[in-house]
Amino acid sequence: MSTVTEQPVAHAPAPRASWLQRVLRARELPVTAALLLLVGVTVAFNPLFLSPQGVKDLLLNATIMMILAVGQAIVIITRNVDLSVGSMIGLVAFAVGTLFAANSQIPIWLVFVICIAMGAGLGAINGALTTLAQVPALVITLGTLYVFRGVNNAWAGGKQYFAGDRPEEFGNLSVNTFLGLPWITIVAIVVIAAAAIALGRTRNGRDLYAIGSDPAAAEMFGIPVRSRVFTAFVVNGALTGLAGVLYASRFNSVGATTGTGMELEVIASAVVGGVAIFGGSGTVLGAAIGALLLTTITSSLTALRVDKFWQQAIVGVLILASVMIDRIVSLRTARNLRISEARNV
Amino acid sequence: MALASYDVVLRLTRASKTFGPVIALAEGDIEVRRGEIHALLGENGAGKSTLVKVLAGLHRPDSGELEVDGVLQHFRSVADSKAAGISVIYQEPTLFPDLSVAENIFIGRQHRGRFKLIDHAAMRAAAAELFTRLGVHIDPSRPAEGLSIADQQIIEIAKAISMDAKVLIMDEPTAALSGVEVERLFAVARQLRDQGKGLVFISHRFEEVFALCDRATVMRDGRYVSTHQVTDTTVDALVRAMVGRDIATLFPKEEAEIGEPVMEVRNLSRAGVFSDITFDVRAGEIVALAGLVGAGRSEVARAIFGIDRFETGSVQLLGRDIPAGDTDRAIRLGMGFVPEDRRKQGLVMELSVARNTTLTLRRALARGGLIDSRAERRAAREWTDRLQVKSGSLEDAVSTLSGGNQQKVVLAKWLATEPKFLIIDEPTRGIDVGTKAEVHRLISDLAGRGIAILMVSSELPEVLGMADRVLVMHEGRITAELSRADADAETVMRAATGSIEQGVA
Repeated sequence: MSTVTEQPVAHAPAPRASWLQRVLRARELPVTAALLLLVGVTVAFNPLFLSPQGVKDLLLNATIMMILAVGQAIVIITRNVDLSVGSMIGLVAFAVGTLFAANSQIPIWLVFVICIAMGAGLGAINGALTTLAQVPALVITLGTLYVFRGVNNAWAGGKQYFAGDRPEEFGNLSVNTFLGLPWITIVAIVVIAAAAIALGRTRNGRDLYAIGSDPAAAEMFGIPVRSRVFTAFVVNGALTGLAGVLYASRFNSVGATTGTGMELEVIASAVVGGVAIFGGSGTVLGAAIGALLLTTITSSLTALRVDKFWQQAIVGVLILASVMIDRIVSLRTARNLRISEARNV
Repeated sequence: MALASYDVVLRLTRASKTFGPVIALAEGDIEVRRGEIHALLGENGAGKSTLVKVLAGLHRPDSGELEVDGVLQHFRSVADSKAAGISVIYQEPTLFPDLSVAENIFIGRQHRGRFKLIDHAAMRAAAAELFTRLGVHIDPSRPAEGLSIADQQIIEIAKAISMDAKVLIMDEPTAALSGVEVERLFAVARQLRDQGKGLVFISHRFEEVFALCDRATVMRDGRYVSTHQVTDTTVDALVRAMVGRDIATLFPKEEAEIGEPVMEVRNLSRAGVFSDITFDVRAGEIVALAGLVGAGRSEVARAIFGIDRFETGSVQLLGRDIPAGDTDRAIRLGMGFVPEDRRKQGLVMELSVARNTTLTLRRALARGGLIDSRAERRAAREWTDRLQVKSGSLEDAVSTLSGGNQQKVVLAKWLATEPKFLIIDEPTRGIDVGTKAEVHRLISDLAGRGIAILMVSSELPEVLGMADRVLVMHEGRITAELSRADADAETVMRAATGSIEQGVA
């Protein structure tokens, strides 16, 4: 390189991505396509699947999982995870039963407020431990998973509360519809929209992506990493609290084992929905669609009269497929880059 | 220099910085004027990086004075440095790979519209406008992941401009760029200079310094040496200023009997990393692989040992082929590898000295699949005694030892396998001066026992003092092969910077 020119070097112009390109690039695309395919195939074999009652059932089944997946996605995007959500659901749902049993006249909105605050408090415990102790959230929340469940066991003992113990209007939230959508589904849709705006269009929300993308760089950048991660856990806790109330509305009994094992399905929903498990990318919308897909699989396989055993296997295959597609793409990019960025070697 | 103060945008005077016993910066001085591109030159370890980190607010200097735009500054953080108008563009920028290009430029300062929500369209438009001003074409809405290093640097520059930086410091920006990309970067740099910004440019390539810069400051051993008007100086003068030091007999290698070739490397290539690497190492010989950071030395060493794969060529140890990526076979045939980063790659920091020493012997020490712990301790004691590792007890975690003693444990680990060929990557990095000589004595001693040694080193005195033969790499190729007699600082430096290309014997 002996001569250096003054002019900027001409490069092939890079036109702005078209609408279509952006859709094709979206991480929600594979999961949405899978969902449409699944529904299409099921309807072809069983037209009743998309009847108004069928749709209502699908949404009711998915609603709680969708809210949980949104909360979990917010945490995962920061390169953390919350394994304790199943236990949190159990505690909150049992609290709902206890509240109504103690005072059957208690206003329903107050129950929501108390339980969301309770969830936020549990989330704050996770967040505080993770950010203060600087221990991976995986370990912290594995611990709180057992602690919360233990508290639930001690509190509930053998006691269960049934739907009959709760006011009818409370149960009706998951029965009555507005424009064909159950009320609790409308709550979920509002939550998804709010979370999507918060993560996509506020500076604090974008910080979460930066943190998950490269925590060290985020720190160097002056992003308050700890307080943002703490907030993510609190928001997830609050949403889990909300989901716990809806759970008590939707299902007949709540007791010591309510919500056991739900955390893995929640995380699976987020991952299948395109939320990268190591943070930085994915959207809450994708996570919600992931939850819808996983619950729909169960329903459609039942509608197609497929053995229950296969349902879990198919969920597993979906998780592996979504992770492997990611990996293959990134490996290929890495190799291409190594060659294209090489000097005159 | 009797300059009116308003001409000077950045002035650092007598800055120093020490890390424990290591003096990283003894007396750092630099003065940058408005509308100039100022080169900062020096060998690896001359203190350039430390000086840059002081300016970036990453290190707080122990002493010294910093003035930006006539105002005295004491940076406590990167944010302070940015607020004062200094932007640093590193060789490999740290962007957020998952965020869009536009967002990487404006993170934390995103354009907002109604309800304080981010206006992505306005942000993209602003990014596009910056790129137009810089005369480059990058799609603002694409994610940063997968961008070339050159484009990442442009994004950092765009960020600096959007923050209205007064001083841009570019730390070896061209090291990973192709010719076309370098020209584009230079065009942008000149444009910024003409707008009155002060630029600091760090490079090891003299032709770039002469093509781009107005003045050059030379550093050596953490100290300011001299400042030159680029039009009035020569490559020779700059090289002399950079290496001008007595490197007498700091690290004497004892004469060892040199035998038959042990390691034969032929036409080794890995696309984009190194190509056509051919050399021998003989029994009892120390061959140094010299060159600048990023020349591909460590990559060659890793490929020979099988950590990375090579794509074409061959590696033979004592006449027996070692296929690409077969570390197991390399070790079985008698190869050892002392990596550059002891803490991450050479040792298991939490394990005891004994365990670390015998990590390579697990097979020999195992009886029926279980490790015999008495035999383990015996083997560990033998080798740590021979190398005089100073530790409280063999059961202490390796992390409690000093850098020099840690390095001895790594050496002990490999010596226990009785290797025929040993690769040592940066043997004395991070080791204090006193222990350095001891590590050198050890290496020399190993060669004396007939082990063939390939030593990768960035430190010229070490290369010149220790090696029987010096191979110099530049941009993935061997540019010179020098015998001990022919190797001197200036020749090695020139081959390393690509200023000369000697026929390889």
